[in-house]
Amino acid sequence: MSKYAMVIDINKCSGCYNCTLACKDEHCGHDYPGYSASQPMTGHFWMRLIERERGKYPKVKVAYTPIPCMQCSDAACIKAATDGAVYRREDGIVIIDPVKAKGQKQIVSACPYRAIYWNEELQLPQKCTFCAHLLDEGWKEPRCVELCPTGAIMFGDMEDKNSQVARTFASGEILHPEYELKDSVVYLNLPKKFIAGTLAYSDTDECAGNVLVTLSSVSQQQTAMTDNFGDFDFEGLADNIEYTVTIEAQGYKTRILKTKTITDVYLGVIKLAR
Amino acid sequence: MTEHILTQCTVGGAVWAHVKDGVITRIRPIVFDDTDAPSWTIDARGRKFTPARKTSLNPYIVPERTRIYSENRIKYPYKRVDFDPNGERNIRNRGKSDYERISWDEALDIVTAEIKRVREKYGPAAITGSTSSHHNWGLLFYKMGPFGRFWQQLGFSFLQDNPDSWEGWHWGATHAWGYYWKLGHSDNFDMLEEALKYTDQIMYWSVDPHTSAGGYCGQDSVPWRMWCRDLGIKGIFIDPWCNHTAATLGDKWIAPRPGTDTALAEAIAYVWIKEGTYDTWFVENRTLGFDEFKKQILGEKDGTPRTPGWASEICDIPARDITALAREWAAKRTILATGAMTGTAGACREAYATEWARLMVYLISMQGLGKQGVNVWGGAAMGAPLDWTFQMPGYSSGGWDVFSLVAKKGAENKVSQKVYRLLLPETVMNPPVSWIGEGFCGQSLEQQFTRNINPEPGPGGAEIKMYYRHGGSYISTMTDTNRWVRMFQHPNLEFVVMQDCHWQSETRFGDVILPASTNFEQSDISEWAAPGGYGANNTGCAHRVMIYQKKCIEPLWESKPDYDIYCELAKRLGFYDEFTEGNTREDWIRKIFDISSLPKYVTFEDFKKKGYFVVPSPSGDYKRTVSNRWYYEGRVCDTPDPSNPLIGTDKADKMGTYSGKIEFVSQSLLEHFPDDDERPPLARYIPSWEGYDSDIASKYPLQLLTTHVRFSYHTHHDNKSPWLDEIPGNRIIKDGYAWWPVRIHPTDAVSRDIKNGEIVKMYNDRGAVLCIAQITERVRPGTVHSYQAGAKYDPLEPGKPGSIDRGGCVNLLTPSRMVSKNAPGMANNSCLVEIAKWEV
Repeated sequence: MSKYAMVIDINKCSGCYNCTLACKDEHCGHDYPGYSASQPMTGHFWMRLIERERGKYPKVKVAYTPIPCMQCSDAACIKAATDGAVYRREDGIVIIDPVKAKGQKQIVSACPYRAIYWNEELQLPQKCTFCAHLLDEGWKEPRCVELCPTGAIMFGDMEDKNSQVARTFASGEILHPEYELKDSVVYLNLPKKFIAGTLAYSDTDECAGNVLVTLSSVSQQQTAMTDNFGDFDFEGLADNIEYTVTIEAQGYKTRILKTKTITDVYLGVIKLAR
Repeated sequence: MTEHILTQCTVGGAVWAHVKDGVITRIRPIVFDDTDAPSWTIDARGRKFTPARKTSLNPYIVPERTRIYSENRIKYPYKRVDFDPNGERNIRNRGKSDYERISWDEALDIVTAEIKRVREKYGPAAITGSTSSHHNWGLLFYKMGPFGRFWQQLGFSFLQDNPDSWEGWHWGATHAWGYYWKLGHSDNFDMLEEALKYTDQIMYWSVDPHTSAGGYCGQDSVPWRMWCRDLGIKGIFIDPWCNHTAATLGDKWIAPRPGTDTALAEAIAYVWIKEGTYDTWFVENRTLGFDEFKKQILGEKDGTPRTPGWASEICDIPARDITALAREWAAKRTILATGAMTGTAGACREAYATEWARLMVYLISMQGLGKQGVNVWGGAAMGAPLDWTFQMPGYSSGGWDVFSLVAKKGAENKVSQKVYRLLLPETVMNPPVSWIGEGFCGQSLEQQFTRNINPEPGPGGAEIKMYYRHGGSYISTMTDTNRWVRMFQHPNLEFVVMQDCHWQSETRFGDVILPASTNFEQSDISEWAAPGGYGANNTGCAHRVMIYQKKCIEPLWESKPDYDIYCELAKRLGFYDEFTEGNTREDWIRKIFDISSLPKYVTFEDFKKKGYFVVPSPSGDYKRTVSNRWYYEGRVCDTPDPSNPLIGTDKADKMGTYSGKIEFVSQSLLEHFPDDDERPPLARYIPSWEGYDSDIASKYPLQLLTTHVRFSYHTHHDNKSPWLDEIPGNRIIKDGYAWWPVRIHPTDAVSRDIKNGEIVKMYNDRGAVLCIAQITERVRPGTVHSYQAGAKYDPLEPGKPGSIDRGGCVNLLTPSRMVSKNAPGMANNSCLVEIAKWEV
């Protein structure tokens, strides 16, 4: 028996929205009895793309995170449904029965990922099905995967040990592990927080390249050398941690800055004095 | 219930259309199977790179079925209610009057009668017409086929297109490196492998390839740029707006004020000259006039050395960053990712854009253009190892009659009078109008120097009285487009026909409206992404895919394919036989098939049945012909560029300039415009006539940057699919209305008390547009960004020129003044505005 899963590599996502649009192409105006009723023409995002702007001018990055239904093993929506209106198939896909779920609005609010949408016209909770109706017809992948131009969304059978998904799943991260839902969708290179800055020598007004910068918190320490623009950039930091940034350029006074990763942090231009 | 999967092609990718019971239900990429030719693999730095075995689609193509069935389709022929061809025309009411449905016969009879009347009264030169870039896709039946052949056979004033998306390259770079046969761009053969193997750094200067890569190529090249990043090839982005490519791939973002890139470039040259970090051998042996340039850079000509400090004041970039940038560039094998057909961002569409484009040629020449790992590679978006011996024409291969490729007789326009697109309103309203150059000047540099006038003197000339629009809209793509509103309401313009698939911004100014079908409602043949002509063998696709574009559905409502409409008109005007030569649509397709290389591989029946053919990638003995390598090495040009007229002549080892070398001092400009201080023979930074330090900046202090749109192709997709209204990079719905965003830096927003998501009025003396504020760190302070080509002209006072528009046609604000006095390109990005809260 197949066991379907998805691995999404944020590094390969350029934010083109093809996945969101592919889902609409597949589901808007199309009923798949037993799987899903037609998605409304607007307002639903069964494959939602979250755009997050990181940093401040001129150190800005954008991270896109595609968010489908996570097809959880311990799905909150299944528990919230009555009459068995939501169930998990043997292949791991969670289906909201488009007949039995009618009127069950509590299913929408049960999902902490907010991946379930309320169809006002049909009075129906609805969400991503991994295009189960297509997989059952023999398709190899959902529409969003086929239309992803970069291979950022990988899909496959965990039972097929050679599949890309089976090989990479274990190294992936669950978007919100604290929900403890045993998601079938995991992510590679999820955006965390960064602390970046730009160093310049105040006496020469030149970029301070090749300068040692040390980042330390209570639990860890890492170092980096600035590039020739004087930039340093510590990526992949955890949320809400206090950090100390120590800048040591030979012949210049050591600078020590403190900051906290509530957001991504760009410390701006830091002038080094002799 | 039968489902068919049919092949079609679009401006943003080759597709499969699922058709069930006569309705298109899905749009998918074409997924190759095992019988299709294998793809290429590139070995570079210990890794193997091979493309996905499918076509890729641009985002605006995915909702294609909603566009085909859009409520914004023109469903029936219409006549303006107060238009009476035999009585009162009520021209002043164009843009506000309603329309009444009429029969096809009535519509065609009116159009025929008007064509006859105007020809008899004023002569054929009194009629002009124009097309769009890609409201449909198809080699035969898109524009150069039906429109081009019909109007050339009948005779009309040909409307010369300006090279709208890459003006600076066309009017500037041609005078530095030739390449007029590519309209100012270098070719980009084999650049992907070159970059993956030998390059350390890519300088993305004023390009956003994730948005506009390669033209028509879907997203095939997006993974290529990611491969470069994964190999550790640095990506530096120079753009006032942190564009989509920069936002996810950029290692460094440098944001000069709009209009100041040329100063930045001159300062880079200063550092190289001062530090001796340029390729002296190349400069000495492959270029002309460097000494003059050196004098200019060092300040020996005008007393102003182009130091980083000098540029810093202009660009508002720290001088130390400019020095570091110059040193990084010189120290690493660097590709300049502009200069090929992706030139659609800011710097090539502004005042004196010619100077920037020439400086780009100067800089890459100073580093040895064509040396291993050092080259131009437009957007890092073209040049996969593909087989260019396989022949397939493109839609422009036959000039303005693509049928001429296979017809007994090609069309010849007997009218010699021309119209220049950017001056169409003035030509209609205030003739005579004169201009320099011939639009797309792909035949010679001389074409840029001709002087033209409309009406043409002599018996063949005539004032323009009738306009026939074939798809698209200039309101929102050209500049200062309230001019078009005024033109449409001007009494000189006696008759206007709008023939299109959708209600575009301009459609509501027509007297008669003819509903055209999309290419999904008719058959055609094409190669994915191949324009032919000046763009021949110039693709950003990973595979060459030939498509039999199958008619998927019957024409919707009462629409007709463009070709059928022109056939009907040709019948009424008495030249149907000459127009068709007895060919059916399928005959034309078959004839194109026969002159292509397809018959060597596949029968017509099998091609048609499968619907596509993937050209086999070159085999192991593939001979690489990296762009410009021949020039660096002093050899005859070996790139497979059929548009290079020097190949096969004794100048085959030369560039297309007068001297045959790369020219710092342009010999063509020296000969024709020696005293032009706006495009001098030696390029230099010239302060913009509408820039940060212009007088009018005290009234309108924000610089508006309007780059090519990401979620539409020109005006052809926006406002035609509800799904695109839900993408915040395209439109944002507020109070039930889909607004066009303007992007503002927090400091500019705060000082104007503007909050994210508020409706604002963006305005200057040319007009006013309501937009939704998107507050972002992705624009530099003092600059605001909004995409050009919002496809919804929605004036608060319909029919009133200068009315506030709430649809997002930001080109109502851009200046009609051209790049410079002798460089007649448009300068959309030299635009000052103010923004204020609209809601109170």
